[in-house]
Amino acid sequence: MPRTTPQAHLNAREAQLQQLLLHGMQGDEQAYRAFLSALAVHLRAFLRRRLAGRPHEVEDLLQEVLLAVHNARHTYLPGQPLTAWVQAIARYKLADHWRAFARHEALHEPLDEEQALFASEDDQPQEASRDLGLLLRSLPDRQRLPIQHVKLEGLSVEQTARLTGLSSSAVKVGIHRGLKALAKMIRGKPDNEDH
Amino acid sequence: MKTIDLIGLLAKGEVPGPRHALARRFALALIAGGLGALLLMMAVYGVRADLADVARLPLFWARLALPASLAAAALWLCSRLARPGVNGGVAWVVLALPIVLVWLGGAMALVGAPVESRAELMLGRTWRTCALNIGLLGIPALAAVFWALRGLAPTQLRRAGAAGGLLAGAVATLAYCLHCPEMEVPFWGMWYVLGMALPTVLGALLGPRLLRW
Repeated sequence: MPRTTPQAHLNAREAQLQQLLLHGMQGDEQAYRAFLSALAVHLRAFLRRRLAGRPHEVEDLLQEVLLAVHNARHTYLPGQPLTAWVQAIARYKLADHWRAFARHEALHEPLDEEQALFASEDDQPQEASRDLGLLLRSLPDRQRLPIQHVKLEGLSVEQTARLTGLSSSAVKVGIHRGLKALAKMIRGKPDNEDH
Repeated sequence: MKTIDLIGLLAKGEVPGPRHALARRFALALIAGGLGALLLMMAVYGVRADLADVARLPLFWARLALPASLAAAALWLCSRLARPGVNGGVAWVVLALPIVLVWLGGAMALVGAPVESRAELMLGRTWRTCALNIGLLGIPALAAVFWALRGLAPTQLRRAGAAGGLLAGAVATLAYCLHCPEMEVPFWGMWYVLGMALPTVLGALLGPRLLRW
C-alpha cells in the first residue's frame, strides 16, 4: 500500500538500491536480483498511481519496465541519481503504453517530485495478462536456446556453448539480442509521435 | 510468467557488462561515419588540388574549427541524451557558441566590405550546391550515429535524433572542408550551417520512428 516516507529514509533507500545495481553490473547475481526485486515493489506503486482505473495493466507494464531497465543497464552512470534514471525509463514506457492504445485522455501524471519513486511501495503482484514465457518461446533458436539454458535452467555460458554448438560470445549475444527482441515484441505498436 | 520469475530470469547468469559501452559505440560510429564522409567526398567531389597550400592559411583552420567544435558539442549532447534521466542541459548552449561566433565574424566581414561585394562574400561560387553536398556526405554518418543511439537508451527521441543528425552534419562538413573552395566567413556562416541543419532536421524527423526501444 502507498505510504509516504521522510526524506532521509528516501535517500538511504536510493543509496542502498544504487549499491545493489552497481554490484549487479559487476556480475553479482544476488545483488542484481535484490535490486530488481526492490525496484519492482516501488515501480508497481508508481505505475498503479498512473494507471488509475486500469489496474489490470499494471503488472504487464511493470514487467515491460523491468525488462527495459535491464536492457538499458549499461547506460546507468555510477553517481547519476538512480531515481532520475529509473523514472525516465518508467515514464518513457508509460508514454509508449498510452500511445499504443491511443488513450491520451487517460494520461494521469501525479505532480510528485523526483524522489517520489522510492516513497511508495506495492508488493501485491497481480496476474500479468501477457505471458512473457510464451513470447520467449517464439524467439529464433540462436536467441531462444541461450536464454533457455543460461537464464531459465541456470547453465553457464560455456556449458550452453557446448550444448548448442554456438560460441561463447554467440551465446552472450543471443541472450542480449533475445531480451531486446522480447522488449520489441511487447512494446506498443504504433510509432512516430512526439516525445 | 510472474514478475518474480521474470526478475529471476533477468538476474540469472548475470556477468559484468562491457565497460564504457557508450564511449565505444560513439567512437565506432564516428570512425565509420567519418570514413564514409571522407570516401564519399573523394569519390564524388574530390579533394581540392591546392589543399597543401591552403592548409598553411590560418583561415583554413578557422573554417575547420566551426564543424569541429560543433561535432564536439553535438557528441556531448548525444552522449547525454542517450542516458535516461539526463537532459541536454548546458550542452544546448555550448552548441550555439560556435554558430554565434561565426555569425559575428561574418557580420564584421560584411560590414567592412564595400556594398557591391557583399553578395559575393555570402554566395561565393558554390552556394547552390554547398548545403546539399554537405547533406549528402552526412548520410553515412547519420546511419552510424543512429546505430550508436539505438544501442543506448534515449528517452527524448526527437531531441536525440536531432543531436545525432547535427553530429553527422558536422562530421560531413569536416570532410567537405577538404574539397570546398570557399574561404569567406559569411559563406560558411550561411551555407555550412544550412548544410548541417539538413541532417539535423532529418534526424529530428526520424528519431521518434527509428530510436524507439
